Amino acid sequence: MPFPEEVRSRLDADATQIIGRYPGSRSALLPLLHLVQAEQGYVSADGIEYCAAKLGLTETEVTGVVTFYTMYKRHPVGEYHVGVCTNTLCAVMGGDHILADLHSYLGVGDDEPTPDGAVSIEHVECNAACDYAPVVMVNWEFFDNMTPASARELTDDLRAGNRVTPTRGPGRLCTWREASRILAGFNDDQATDGPAAGPASLLGLRIAREHGWTAPERAPAGRRAANESNESKEPR
Amino acid sequence: MTDTLTPVLTAHWDEPDAFTLDGYRRGGGWQALPKALAMHPDEVIAVVKSSGLRGRGGAGFPTGVKWSLMPQGDGKPHYLAVNADESEPGTCKDVPIMMANPHVLIEGSAIAAYAVRASHVFIYVRGEVLHVVRRLRHAVQEAYEAGYLGRDVLGSGFDVEVIVHPGAGAYICGEETAMLDSLEGRRGLPRNKPPFPAQAGVYSLPTNVNNVESIASVPSIIVNGADWFAGMGTEKSKGYGLFSLSGHVANPGQFEAPLGITLRELLDLAGGVRAGHRLKFWTPGGSSVPMLTDAHLDVPLDFESVLTAGSQLGTRALQIFDETTCVVRAVLRWTEFYQHESCGKCTPCREGTFWMVRVLDRLEHGNGTEEDLDKLLDICDNILGRAFCALGDGATSPVTSGIQYFRDEFMQHQKEGGCPFDPEASTAWSTS
Ligand SMILES: Cc1cc2nc3c(=O)[nH]c(=O)nc-3n(C[C@H](O)[C@H](O)[C@H](O)COP(=O)(O)O)c2cc1C
Ligand code: SF4
Repeated sequence: MPFPEEVRSRLDADATQIIGRYPGSRSALLPLLHLVQAEQGYVSADGIEYCAAKLGLTETEVTGVVTFYTMYKRHPVGEYHVGVCTNTLCAVMGGDHILADLHSYLGVGDDEPTPDGAVSIEHVECNAACDYAPVVMVNWEFFDNMTPASARELTDDLRAGNRVTPTRGPGRLCTWREASRILAGFNDDQATDGPAAGPASLLGLRIAREHGWTAPERAPAGRRAANESNESKEPR
Repeated sequence: MTDTLTPVLTAHWDEPDAFTLDGYRRGGGWQALPKALAMHPDEVIAVVKSSGLRGRGGAGFPTGVKWSLMPQGDGKPHYLAVNADESEPGTCKDVPIMMANPHVLIEGSAIAAYAVRASHVFIYVRGEVLHVVRRLRHAVQEAYEAGYLGRDVLGSGFDVEVIVHPGAGAYICGEETAMLDSLEGRRGLPRNKPPFPAQAGVYSLPTNVNNVESIASVPSIIVNGADWFAGMGTEKSKGYGLFSLSGHVANPGQFEAPLGITLRELLDLAGGVRAGHRLKFWTPGGSSVPMLTDAHLDVPLDFESVLTAGSQLGTRALQIFDETTCVVRAVLRWTEFYQHESCGKCTPCREGTFWMVRVLDRLEHGNGTEEDLDKLLDICDNILGRAFCALGDGATSPVTSGIQYFRDEFMQHQKEGGCPFDPEASTAWSTS
């Protein structure tokens, strides 16, 4: 069953914007898939048909792309999708414990939502936050330095509908579908929320300040390379 | 004498609005672009070339040389693709750069686009970092409003569009040619080289691919000069870079230092290996480069010295493991990662990673044999140099180096009928 007319025309407006950003229309496929995932919570056969029609591709071509990328789900996941990093460093630091504990605490397998539909869990690969290990992501926001206990508490709060704030992220955690919409190219108003950097990111800077260490001053004009000769002589 | 740490990219991260246009300008930001636009594009390339900047994405190819390989006067559209896919295990530098200072990346992108005559910049950012996506888009919008992007930038006649393009979860899309396919809305499969992206990239048009940190280093080079940059670091590995310490250290974090600093120096700054423990093994640049041990504490972390020591500088992702960590478990987990992320295009990598996981799993559970170690090395032999892209080569690194340094530990599993390590002891909350 294709999307109802009302949904289709709403999606069409967004899709036109997305496609318009790219010099070649097929480049819009990844964001369009995020868009249909935002609509339904996963990429359904209808979603695939919609994207294929928009870009003049076959459904087979689109399906091949969907199955290649792990962020596209073929079945509904929880409103809050919890990713526990179990790549080596996080695993060793406790990620394996956190994942195993959440599986038994929530009684669900990978990508399987809790009966209330609130939470699902999966293991994720390295999420570029190793200095905050063990790391848990919820709808792709950072929850740093987690333990089995803090992870349980996090899922309790999510299921109870309590406000949950990522460690380095927005003031309000988006739902899975809202997050997918941001990935499709439509920002919410939370870009300026949260810190510029977390404590581990600032460690080197803090130590440099303590020691008075800085990058060198700019080289004096006379010693600068000849190919920069047309630069201004103003002091910085 | 250069200071031990040299904050440039990180210099203003502790200001709460560092990621905004105002915050960036307050620290001297957006002064490089007008300066670059007053130069001829070839001059910009020449400055970056003579700075000695080498790619910060892992391979260390000279950035200015790469730019000069872009065809000129060919009348075709050119593209700049910024590799913000950061997914190499242990690597965690580009994400904090984009979170705390997206403007330095946007300014660097505009300059690079001008130099390589690109009309469009794609920032291919991994999708799993939502707040980074927000921050990038916010910065791009601010930059458009300030006239740094768009048509006729600062009245120079130069036009550039910047598109923030989130991926959808696939490590292989960080490989530059796979990224090009992904940018075209396809499965992220690596392409044959040649043609190189500079000849036939996105839409088969000339495309320059650079890592986030490479591009973010450009504004400082334009403002301060090539000599300033080249004055830091070593003879062949010039400039500064982010070193990311993670794992079993007292204080993990980011350290911006001249290339050539040692792990010993960095560990000192990070408070050492966590209390009561000692260094067992570490990666100098992610999991795709051979691990090193406590015998390598004084290796200068520059491209040449790390190579001489039998590994690679890679992404300066220093993952530190102490003696509570089972090396077989670590190698197995990394190999599972490569098996999962192998795109399946070529047989040595697809089949090889599959079989290595099986053999390693048997070893970890005490059911392996001495012959299994030879079998693993044999499989690695068949992958290394025969795989279609560098993912396959990288997959052999943990295995061969793990066996090289810790052969006895692999066999100890067999003798004891299982893993002799207590996984509790390696956790962040362990008190033992
Ligand atoms: C499997 C694989 C994953 C990679 N992932 C990344 C990545 O996430 N970011 C990156 O900049 N380079 C990555 N690279 C390296 C890129 O192919 C390319 O060398 C780099 O982006 C070039 O930029 P640079 O010259 O500025 O370093 C990866 C390579 C391979 C083989
Ligand atoms: S080496 Fe692995 S990832 Fe690279 S092309 Fe071959 S199968 Fe794909």
